[in-house]
Amino acid sequence: MNPHRRSPWVIAATVLVYFFLYAPIVVLILYSFNASRANVKFEGFITSFSDRVEMDGSFVKASPCGPFHWFCDLSKNDDVLEAAGNTLTIAFVATIISTIIGTMAALALQRYDFKIKPFSQLSLYIPIVIPEIVMGIGILTLFSQTFGWLNEALNLTGDARLSMGIGTVAVSHIAFMVPFVTLVVQARLQGFDKSYEEAAMDLGANEWVTFWRVTFPMILPGVLSGALLAFTLSLDDFVITFFTNGPGSTTLPIYVYGLLRRIITPQVNALSTVWILTVFIAVLLLQWLQSREQKPAHE
Amino acid sequence: MTSEFAVEMRDVVKKFITPEGNELNAVDHVTMQIKNGEFFSMLGSSGCGKTTSLRMIAGFEWPTEGEVYIEGKSTGHTPPFQRKVNTVFQSYALFQHMTVFQNIAFGLEMEGAKESEIKKRVGRALEMVQLTGMERRRPRQLSGGQQQRVAVARALVKTPDVLLLDEPLGALDLKLRKEMQLELKALQQQLGITFIYVTHDQEEALTMSDRIAVMSKGRVQQLATPVEIYERPVNKFVADFIGESNFLEGKIKHISGNEALVHIPVLNAEIRGMPMSNNFVNGEEVSVSIRPEKIRIAEQAAKGEGLFQAKVLTSVYIGSDTHVYADLNGTRLKVMEQNRISRLDPSSFYTKDQVITLVFMPENTLILKKD
Amino acid sequence: MLQRFRENKSMQGTFLALPTTLWLFVLLIIPLFLTMVVSFGQRSPDGDVIYSFSFDNYARLFGYSTDCPDGQASCFDSLYVNILSRSLTLAFNTTLIVILLAYPLAYFIARSHPNRRNMFLFMVLIPLWTNFVIRVYAWMMLLRKEGAINIVIGWVMNLLNIPYTPLEMLYTPGAVLVGMVYEFLPFMILPIYTSLEKIDNSLYEAAADLGANAFRTFLRITLPLSMPGVVAGTILVFIPVMGTFIVSDILGGRQVILVGNLIQRQFLDARDPTFGSAASLILMVMTLIVTYFYTRKFGFGEEIIAA
Repeated sequence: MNPHRRSPWVIAATVLVYFFLYAPIVVLILYSFNASRANVKFEGFITSFSDRVEMDGSFVKASPCGPFHWFCDLSKNDDVLEAAGNTLTIAFVATIISTIIGTMAALALQRYDFKIKPFSQLSLYIPIVIPEIVMGIGILTLFSQTFGWLNEALNLTGDARLSMGIGTVAVSHIAFMVPFVTLVVQARLQGFDKSYEEAAMDLGANEWVTFWRVTFPMILPGVLSGALLAFTLSLDDFVITFFTNGPGSTTLPIYVYGLLRRIITPQVNALSTVWILTVFIAVLLLQWLQSREQKPAHE
Repeated sequence: MTSEFAVEMRDVVKKFITPEGNELNAVDHVTMQIKNGEFFSMLGSSGCGKTTSLRMIAGFEWPTEGEVYIEGKSTGHTPPFQRKVNTVFQSYALFQHMTVFQNIAFGLEMEGAKESEIKKRVGRALEMVQLTGMERRRPRQLSGGQQQRVAVARALVKTPDVLLLDEPLGALDLKLRKEMQLELKALQQQLGITFIYVTHDQEEALTMSDRIAVMSKGRVQQLATPVEIYERPVNKFVADFIGESNFLEGKIKHISGNEALVHIPVLNAEIRGMPMSNNFVNGEEVSVSIRPEKIRIAEQAAKGEGLFQAKVLTSVYIGSDTHVYADLNGTRLKVMEQNRISRLDPSSFYTKDQVITLVFMPENTLILKKD
Repeated sequence: MLQRFRENKSMQGTFLALPTTLWLFVLLIIPLFLTMVVSFGQRSPDGDVIYSFSFDNYARLFGYSTDCPDGQASCFDSLYVNILSRSLTLAFNTTLIVILLAYPLAYFIARSHPNRRNMFLFMVLIPLWTNFVIRVYAWMMLLRKEGAINIVIGWVMNLLNIPYTPLEMLYTPGAVLVGMVYEFLPFMILPIYTSLEKIDNSLYEAAADLGANAFRTFLRITLPLSMPGVVAGTILVFIPVMGTFIVSDILGGRQVILVGNLIQRQFLDARDPTFGSAASLILMVMTLIVTYFYTRKFGFGEEIIAA
């Protein structure tokens, strides 16, 4: 019996589902080359490289980027650049912190017994079983109440007043990223044979040296995939950011959402296209890392 | 060397809490003295406490009660990296992210040895285990036997006072295991350091060891040389665990010096044998053990002391020997006979229901404490 | 001191777990508690919270109204109950459709050649990692009156010589359902795949050997063994669908209001955090109840982590 035998029904369903997954993305990318400013109708591709481009039936002055008109436009949009900067800053900071403390927690939960262990383990499942919006408004309430109270108590005025911003977004992101890092690293640690560490100690390495020379290199692939997962979660997050951002801390998803409620130009599509390509490269990188980790024993 | 004993365990208890929440004595009041330069084995089935004892010597576990001494010094809570003993792990525990060279050099690096010194000593260690030229390989590029040698080299390069080996040959196939047994024994004799070897394989223990501790349920059942353990087991457990034995249950009728008479109810007869304990009393319930190869089958039917009529159940020809299973008044006995003479004639083999006479010699009949 | 720390495993464990546990305590557990406190409060005229212990917000959510047509003191207003039941229905429907779509694909990947599995999975991951908001936006472009779907249908109809007036598909409940299905489909594919992939091929061979045909093999072997994946996927889909407000906001316009939209508006437009908090707690309780009964019946799979 051929183990890879599949019925035509399964194949047909598979093709359909993949089509369903990709059609919207393809359309989105196509529209980023749309020769229409309103981006309501598809008016065909921008084909000319001249500085005058036919749009919506009439010639307008355009950047000399030709088909990539909207991408050039995008690169000059300060709001987008600021949002991109915020998004990356938050993602980097939150990833580094959540990876460090998440890995520590994974080690603790997998290796040690301590009083608060059941509580620690259980709290990791909160972001999975509770809708994001519930956490979002909870964190919003926490920040607005404590900030209000602190501003009053410390008599803070003007710029000194505590308010929502990049800091609150990053701190909140860490809260929902850490559990994922911990769970991923914990899953890797489950298969980790303790005798490697015992061997290192047996050979004269103390706990600290053992961790950095043996344990850490061995769990590094797990830590990295946890970090990458956390990073993408942060980049992708809308809901928590929506409730915790403030002036000057707009991220890309928030920015795009804002645009969708107003006028939509193909700039949004150009932005989406850039985003999709970036994600594509990131996923490739992850795949490469994983395949390197899972290399077969015989070479 | 400051002490006569390389390792000494004095009344050591190790308690564990089982997942069900019960307290379990994994090691239960174990006392043993392991001499310098000795090849010492701890033998027993899984859960007998042998690995836990080894881990307490290595420093991975601390005794709940009692004390472990290394070279005469109490170890207390000394961490593994401060003990002059090294371990060869059952799974080898070779660092997968390091080369063979880096694996062996690791322990020397921890001592702060100079690079040139490390190079020299790693080279010598590789030579010792015949792996010269494999320095740059990764552990997973090596065969099981080669990995095992790297594990030994990695431990020995530190020149420990005592080498601990936790079932180091368990993962190898039979042929390689036999080879490695001889190699390890040769290595130990050549280096003259103490080996403490944990195994569940009795043949392995008998082949390699100077002395063996047979363990069961966290206790040492017998600690003696291989010959003593096989020929003079102290109780029914040891007699049963090491090699094969036929057991008959009975009551001591009379005891005098190194001979005793035991009444066996199922035979309705007395058997003469050697008491394996000094404190038997008349009327005590005992087990009588006779090894299959030590029962003789008489040429002709005869009657007398130590002679019993039995009926053949089956006879199995296995080349070097013939195993005869016989029924003796309802008790099944196994008898082994060597095939000393080449023959093909079917009538020269035992057949089912054939009546044979078994000969029990008093010097081969061991009288054991019931456990 | 160091010696004591080295020997005290419990102290080391606590030390390692403390940052994460504290972080989660302050940013997840305290906020939930605060939300509860606020939900019993009342809104001041300028939108602040007056702390009290009143069940008014909950009563209002479940239909108690003082703004009645015939001059009655109180009456039943189904507005919020409808929103809650609409959200629940949508979440159930979405989950069901997602299972039906995800299963064959996951099955296909799990049964494909091991060398190609990673590529097929990779193809599932890309849409998943394309930003959530961008994915909703893509459907906006497809569903609009002038959108891609209408263009394609119009073109086909034109070929067949059938007159066609473009349909307005955006801002309908159907649009929201499609959007939700699209958003959460990958979250079902991955866990189902994980549990299907674990099934040893010899089980299929044994089933065939014992005389089961393909259909019976699926029903008796494949389906039961993949249930943990379906359960995990359901949790990963049902819970976020219950709370999401962007999909309905963008694809449903003002037509489809879900509990997520209700909560969001209390915090931003209507500025009644007390009512929003009450709605939020009810949302949480609803998801917890559904998850509890669901997992109690089918067990809580470890596949959640795998995804």
